[in-house]
Amino acid sequence: MVIGVLALQGDFREHASMARFLGVEVRLVRLPEEVGLVDGLIIPGGESTTMGKLMVKYGVDRAIVDRFNAGKLAIYGTCAGMIVLARDIEGSQAQPHLGLLDVTVQRNAFGRQKESSEEDLEVQGLDTPLHVLFIRAPVIVRTGSSVEVLARVTQGPVYVQQGRLLASSFHPELGSDTRVHEHFLRLAEQSSNQEV
Amino acid sequence: MAEIGTTKVKRGLAEMFKGGVIMDVTTVDQAKIAEEAGAVSVMALERIPADIRKEGGVARAADPGLVEQIMDAVSIPVMAKVRIGHISEARILEYMGVDFIDESEVLTPADVTYHIDKWQFKIPFVCGARNLGEALRRVSEGAAMIRTKGEPGTGDVSEAVTHMRAVMNEVRKVQSMLEDELVVEAKDLGVNVELLREVRTLGRLPVVNFAAGGIATPADAALMMTLGADGVFVGSGIFKSSDPLPRAKAIVAATTYWEDPKVLSEVSKGLKAGMPGIDARTLVELDKMQVRDN
Repeated sequence: MVIGVLALQGDFREHASMARFLGVEVRLVRLPEEVGLVDGLIIPGGESTTMGKLMVKYGVDRAIVDRFNAGKLAIYGTCAGMIVLARDIEGSQAQPHLGLLDVTVQRNAFGRQKESSEEDLEVQGLDTPLHVLFIRAPVIVRTGSSVEVLARVTQGPVYVQQGRLLASSFHPELGSDTRVHEHFLRLAEQSSNQEV
Repeated sequence: MAEIGTTKVKRGLAEMFKGGVIMDVTTVDQAKIAEEAGAVSVMALERIPADIRKEGGVARAADPGLVEQIMDAVSIPVMAKVRIGHISEARILEYMGVDFIDESEVLTPADVTYHIDKWQFKIPFVCGARNLGEALRRVSEGAAMIRTKGEPGTGDVSEAVTHMRAVMNEVRKVQSMLEDELVVEAKDLGVNVELLREVRTLGRLPVVNFAAGGIATPADAALMMTLGADGVFVGSGIFKSSDPLPRAKAIVAATTYWEDPKVLSEVSKGLKAGMPGIDARTLVELDKMQVRDN
């Protein structure tokens, strides 16, 4: 199994080192042909408008959607990555995005940087809370019927799953708790098995 | 219980800028062009460095009204510059909810001895540095991000190259040091030995390190990434060029695809004239912005 980290912009290095720490082969993805070499793809935190534009300009968006639709890819998006994965972006529908995850996200839902925070979050399926960072984070304001909410805050859901799509408003890659990545690797494993 | 303004949260925003381009803007229109080009953030200021250099006088923080208009006009994070040591300019920007403050040598220093105690703020700061000592002194004052100083407003990348190489070279040196050597090095650099130990363990600065000061072309941006920058600031290089949008887009692409000469050659083709620029070696000491603090 190979885990790709979309390395157009953002904190891809942190995701890559966490995945490597968990013992999987990791590959940075910048070009469409590199998408075909991975079973799981992490879309990191960063600036969603920047990533979206570069994805379209170099055709990485089509490659991701095609491989996902062929059942050969699991995807995990954090923060900007969640926005990029979403079907709808409130007030910013024109910015390029993949539209795979059946949710509507609201960008900067907590406010500007001075509202960015860290806290302990109860997560479904985890027996102890996860310590998470929200950085100019988005929140989900609508979830489709096939979307399962794994964690929420007052403002709305912040961690969701839809089949082999996983998305979080927060940044597990900036801490040392690997449980979210472990969960994602299990989803990617399913895609990897499918291919054989 | 959610905690705001922590060190992790402040340094975390800088992590999100990595691999990206932060562009200087002086108007709402320029901010929109920067966002359209794919900037990860814009730096709001009254005059860009090339004009400060040309016009002289005292350069101060931008009009808060302008900063506010820019914050309303774009969805990406907004930074703004304050004079070195100007606590009150910084408090104004913090109150307004600017996402990042640049305590910058590009403006005329307000305090010739002290930098701002940045730990007292809920929002993060970036500061300039020419070497590891300067960088770590700023980090110990609470900077959540570092950038090379370069020589702003010249369009000459050589000083940014010198500063990035100096930081990287010193980091490599520290990595190979024994504990007793590290203690003396900390004393020589005027930095906390604990912080220097962290650099030795990480093999890099404990905060994100961008390049700035003289970057004017896509190849300049790629060069700085090659030398180990986490991302780039472009000041005068975009809006002092004859056709800003295509150049800004090309610099964004070059910062991502810095290792890919095919992409670099494509995006570099046919850009209209860059900023005229000044050879940094022709500047007398008094005209250099990089020597305004240390």
